[in-house]
Amino acid sequence: MNFKLIASVSASLLMARWKQTLVAAIGVTFSITMFITLLSFMAGLNTLLDGLIGNRTAHIRLYNEIQPTKVQPVYLSDKYKNHYNFISSVKPKNERLQIYSNGAVMDALKKDERVLGVAPKIIAQVFYNVGAIDLTGVINGVDVEEESRLFSFKDYVTSGNVIDLRNIPNSIILGKGAAEKMLANLGDVIQVTTPKGERMQLKVVGYFQSGIQEIDKVQSYTSIITAQKLLGESNSYITDIQVKLKDILLAPSLAKEYAKLFDIEAVDIQSANSQFETGSSIRTLISYAVGITLLIVAGFGIYNILNMMIYEKMDTIAILKATGFSGKDVNRIFITIALTIGVFGGMLGLLFGFGLSSLIDQVPFNTAALPTIKTYPIDYNLKFYLIGTVFSIVTTYFAGFFPSRKASKIDPVIIIRGK
Amino acid sequence: MNEKILEAKNITKYFHDPISIQVLKEITFSILQGEFVSIIGKSGCGKSTLLYILSTMDTDYEGDLLIGNIAMRNKKEAELALIRSEKIGFVFQFHYLLNEFSVLRNVMLPGLKLAKYSEKEVEARAYQKLKILGIQDEALKKPNQLSGGQKQRVAIARSLINDPLILMADEPTGNLDKKNSEIVFSVFQELSEVFNQALLIVTHDNEFAARTHRIIEMEDGKILKDVSKK
Ligand SMILES: Nc1ncnc2c1ncn2[C@@H]1O[C@H](COP(=O)(O)OP(=O)(O)OP(=O)(O)O)[C@@H](O)[C@H]1O
Ligand SMILES: [Mg+2]
Repeated sequence: MNFKLIASVSASLLMARWKQTLVAAIGVTFSITMFITLLSFMAGLNTLLDGLIGNRTAHIRLYNEIQPTKVQPVYLSDKYKNHYNFISSVKPKNERLQIYSNGAVMDALKKDERVLGVAPKIIAQVFYNVGAIDLTGVINGVDVEEESRLFSFKDYVTSGNVIDLRNIPNSIILGKGAAEKMLANLGDVIQVTTPKGERMQLKVVGYFQSGIQEIDKVQSYTSIITAQKLLGESNSYITDIQVKLKDILLAPSLAKEYAKLFDIEAVDIQSANSQFETGSSIRTLISYAVGITLLIVAGFGIYNILNMMIYEKMDTIAILKATGFSGKDVNRIFITIALTIGVFGGMLGLLFGFGLSSLIDQVPFNTAALPTIKTYPIDYNLKFYLIGTVFSIVTTYFAGFFPSRKASKIDPVIIIRGK
Repeated sequence: MNEKILEAKNITKYFHDPISIQVLKEITFSILQGEFVSIIGKSGCGKSTLLYILSTMDTDYEGDLLIGNIAMRNKKEAELALIRSEKIGFVFQFHYLLNEFSVLRNVMLPGLKLAKYSEKEVEARAYQKLKILGIQDEALKKPNQLSGGQKQRVAIARSLINDPLILMADEPTGNLDKKNSEIVFSVFQELSEVFNQALLIVTHDNEFAARTHRIIEMEDGKILKDVSKK
């Protein structure tokens, strides 16, 4: 009702104290700017760090584990069924790590709607022989193409050509750290020994750098066939099946489902890397907390300026009421002032926030650990801008709420008498 | 022919701070259309208090108040605001203009609030009122660029913008010199005689009061004398 009049009165009150109003608006602008920048940067960082793990790790890993049989023979015997059996010194039996009928399992997985891709893998413990010294290591036998497609394998091979791994027989891509220890250059031939004593000569065709030093010191890659040859196994031998899902969040529930279905161990990425999850969510939490704190401080700024304005404009409010404005109208006038400050300050904040985060996006960020990253990561998520808008409006509304109510309750008689 | 536009029945008012005192004692009187009434009395006898009640700004009283034959009791704050806007014009001793707005806008504000006419029409009416008060040339100035007498005339123009049933004023000439008081008085007289406007003016100026149609004299919260001429 009669919004134009309310707006025009609000506007003239605003203009009468435009300096203080501007300061209050700048407060909102500043906090929204920081809010947007902080969240964009943190989210960028989170995506980056999650990517360290999430992009190149299987969402679900299927494998066999050597462990004692859960159901011991005595439990199966009818005779001792109702007895309380104590079995001591249970040992695992000599089982193989191989996944049986892995071809059928992989076919079944590939048909699953929720699965993006499946890649086989062989994990083999080895020793890198350097002169008289043996360094422990792990060789991953991988399907080069699938590994690149699903787990960005290619991005982390810093020198050499990934496809050589498949095309050159008995070739290896060494972890950067391992290569440095062995002083192995591209084209060199190194020797590895398996725990069972088999030896093999492998040609270095590339270096691998994951960004996690501990991994790079140990891990190396060969093709599946090379790994099978190394272990002296048949060409159906596979120790791991890696599954990448369309939706990573489904991993925990699907892992359980597959474990049951294929009677196999299955671990999901969330359980395997819970420390990363925690890190991400805490970073996000801190950014929100800081952003909201800034906004609340800005809210107090608005609260102050409105209180001051009301104190100064007592006469104006009294006369408006004496000449027919109701308490509700007066309330609306001050709420309009608060929201104007909030919306105006907030909009500028969104703009500046965008500007500042694009600026950060240009700052070079080179680290040996992250070969694919050239500048600081920024996540331009529309969500942050929406939250920023909503928050700036909500805080300014609440900041304006009490002063406006106070203004609407002013009794003109008291003011007029006071003159 | 002349109907009652305002009626006060047994209006009684107490103040409780710091001690309970009765400032108005069963005030009963009525005002007819076109009447030019003044209220006089010693300082502190309750004139302003009565006026605030009659103007509906003060609702804490006993007794009944009827404006245009409608009882004001039990009306909500917003309804009273509407009645003030529609039926009552009020002029204070201090002019109370808003310095944020031009003179014209000041006069227009209550009209825009009532929204009975479009903004264009309200503006035309504001000019018309300013003309009656002889200050149409000052319309675009800010109130703080005017003299005291001019400001008071602007305040009167503002009180008239919605064609109120009654114009009330609390010592409208209290801050003015002889010459300006004379101007204000003649404006009131013109409103009464030419426009048949009802006026209720509280004043300390006995000379001023003597020239009105009816004088209500108060003492200690009571009406002592109520004398009509003619
Ligand atoms: N808010 C208040 N609390 C307590 N007493 C009050 C209050 N306002 C006014 N009074 C008292 O009420 C009485 C009437 O005051 P009022 O202002 O109506 O007098 P008045 O007739 O207008 O006087 P003046 O001619 O000086 O303006 C005075 O005695 C005053 O002290
Ligand atoms: Mg008085």
